[in-house]
Amino acid sequence: MATRAPDRLAAVPPDGPVRSRHRLRRHLVHQLDVKGSPYAYVAPFFLLFSAFGLFPLAYTAWVSLHEWTLLSDEHTFVGLDNFRALLADDYFWNATFNTLSIGVLSTAPQLLLAIWLAHLLNRPLRAQTFFRVTLLLPNVTSVVAVVVIFSQLFGRDFGVINWMLGWFGVDGVAWNEGVATSHVAISVMIMWRWTGYNALIFLAAMQAVPRELYEAATLDGASGATQLRKITIPMIRPTIIFVVITSTIGAMQVLAEPLLFGTYSISGGPDRQYQTLSLLIYENFTKLDFGYASAISWMMFVFIVLVAGVNYLLTRRAKGGLT
Amino acid sequence: MRKLRHRFLAPMVAVSALAVSLAACGGDGGGTAGSSASASQPGEKIKLTVALFSDFHYAPLYEAFKKTHPNVEIVERRSQFNDHHTNLITQLTTGAGAADVVAVEGGYIGAFTPVPDKFYNLKDYGLERRKSEYLDWKWQLGVSNDGSSLMGLGTDVGGLAMCYRPDLFKKAGLPADRDEVSALWPTWDAYIETGKKFVAAKVAGAKFTDGPGEHFRAMVEQAPVGFYDDQYKIVAGTNPEVRKAYDMSVKIVDEGLSAKLAAFTPPWNTGIAKGTFATMVCPAWKTGTIKDQKPGEGAWDIAAVPGGGGNQGGTHLMLPKQGKHPKEAAELIDLLTNKESQIMLFKEASALPSLPALYDDPAVADYVNPYFGNAPIGKIFTSAAKALKPQHVGPKAGDVLLAFNNGLQRVEQGKQNAEEAWTQALKDVGRIK
Repeated sequence: MATRAPDRLAAVPPDGPVRSRHRLRRHLVHQLDVKGSPYAYVAPFFLLFSAFGLFPLAYTAWVSLHEWTLLSDEHTFVGLDNFRALLADDYFWNATFNTLSIGVLSTAPQLLLAIWLAHLLNRPLRAQTFFRVTLLLPNVTSVVAVVVIFSQLFGRDFGVINWMLGWFGVDGVAWNEGVATSHVAISVMIMWRWTGYNALIFLAAMQAVPRELYEAATLDGASGATQLRKITIPMIRPTIIFVVITSTIGAMQVLAEPLLFGTYSISGGPDRQYQTLSLLIYENFTKLDFGYASAISWMMFVFIVLVAGVNYLLTRRAKGGLT
Repeated sequence: MRKLRHRFLAPMVAVSALAVSLAACGGDGGGTAGSSASASQPGEKIKLTVALFSDFHYAPLYEAFKKTHPNVEIVERRSQFNDHHTNLITQLTTGAGAADVVAVEGGYIGAFTPVPDKFYNLKDYGLERRKSEYLDWKWQLGVSNDGSSLMGLGTDVGGLAMCYRPDLFKKAGLPADRDEVSALWPTWDAYIETGKKFVAAKVAGAKFTDGPGEHFRAMVEQAPVGFYDDQYKIVAGTNPEVRKAYDMSVKIVDEGLSAKLAAFTPPWNTGIAKGTFATMVCPAWKTGTIKDQKPGEGAWDIAAVPGGGGNQGGTHLMLPKQGKHPKEAAELIDLLTNKESQIMLFKEASALPSLPALYDDPAVADYVNPYFGNAPIGKIFTSAAKALKPQHVGPKAGDVLLAFNNGLQRVEQGKQNAEEAWTQALKDVGRIK
């Protein structure tokens, strides 16, 4: 548009006062068009972001400074009291520990598995598209269905997993009673859903790695594993950073899996053994203690920024460029 | 500086234009809502929304209502039990989205009776005249805390019984006939003694009961005072009845009677179907839950609950102030809760009537359920409801119960002893505002 407009301007005869005023107006309109239009085009996003992103963030901060319960129209300003209570609250630290534990248990093996899967699929393969599509299938399954099925698999009395463990003489494990066992069970659900998805992102990045590097490496006698370690991983490093950060954020926010694993137990098991931060927020919201729940939400936001930042630094430092 | 201002001018114009158009939309919506708030004209089309948390089997009653109110259209909205009540609170607070008629379950009604100004007073629509028909305590549950307003009309009550498996009882050498079974446990102590006999008989693959949670709830609700006193203050920690119920529930665990299954979980459902436990606390509506698991006709039978009488659950219908047609809505709930409707719903949905006159009505009193070995469920559940002493249900009774249930589960899973679990449960209760 900007490139066409000057032609039209030039076509206007440059004489007469009326013409000149007319020209001035057209010039202004044109200026507005050129300078202003791009903002108008991007405005919808920023408007929506302000309405559904910034405003809730700010409003949550405001609520977190109050004693705020529903059905009562009075909201007492309490300053940072909610945050003070939060930092002294065992349940909050318990939830933080659970979130980190489930996050590490699910994210770390998941990413390794995803890279390995992507590496396998990156080779010439029969029915390639079929396998790639299959990878994405777990991700389009409803999370409720996934958790309901897995909860059955991890059942204590009639679960398939305990039945199979029975073959090896292991007694029935009460998966959702213990801290470690419940974290493992929930992590498995998360991994099942997201490994394929991440593998596809890695695969896309791997396709952009020049073939010549592999050919040269093969000539030099490097094995598949060495090629993965020395060529593929350094070359797709930006993608790894991206996936690590998105997975971290996802893991920090995990809600549906523990909630449904405890069959709608908002405390994440009787001993809060798998209550994550999101679940703790949810619990306080359902108790209609909005000030406190908002304070937890803000702490969670801070945690996510911190953890994502640390992960970014670690992944950036861990692997040098292709040398 | 000037340049900067220019640069921002255009987007500002765009933004404010959008804002104006959005505001215009909002205004439009408000306008139509405002006009329909005026009294309905004869012949004007009216839409009533009814928000429920499961299938109440109201469809034929809506049809009956339309015969006398041809201009009314009824739309039913159903949501999940937990979400239903939280949604209602949110809708009342934000002032938008509530249905014309809402169902509120017994465990939650205490959250609404302190705020009568959010609901229409049914006295204004002449429904006070229904008072004499109702179980007194059921009627009182629908009255606001200050007594000024009639906020809801009761639909059903959850008369208590004990469901049991005759086959497992036979295997354990216990009587299997329902009258003899009822005679086994006049008290909870006797219930536990029976359980010990059951354990001693070593029936393969079966425990005596599902878990202590529902028993705890039943015992607390049988007491004259439960979690709240009559000033709606939480007294769970100091009320000896709560402690008694707790100790009795711990005993169920300690004696090895429990299958360690929390109610309404998938493994619990499987347990009902496969018979991995022999008894469960059974409000009238739970007979429907059992049927849904298809354990087979006659697999479960129904006996009296220990401790005599009791209630669990039961619902009220209320009219949020946001509704535009309170007159028609009040007429609708009058119809939904009248005698004929309650008899119909008892047969269709196992909803035990809240009108005591019906308990002597042969349609209810003589009703036997073939699925439960022709158990006279009419008689069993009505006598439980009659024997009940009413209790003040506090606003967060559900949360308090959850804290204790979690404690009992910690004991059951061997994570804490009874005393530690009690202390932590009270700590959790203390956090409830």
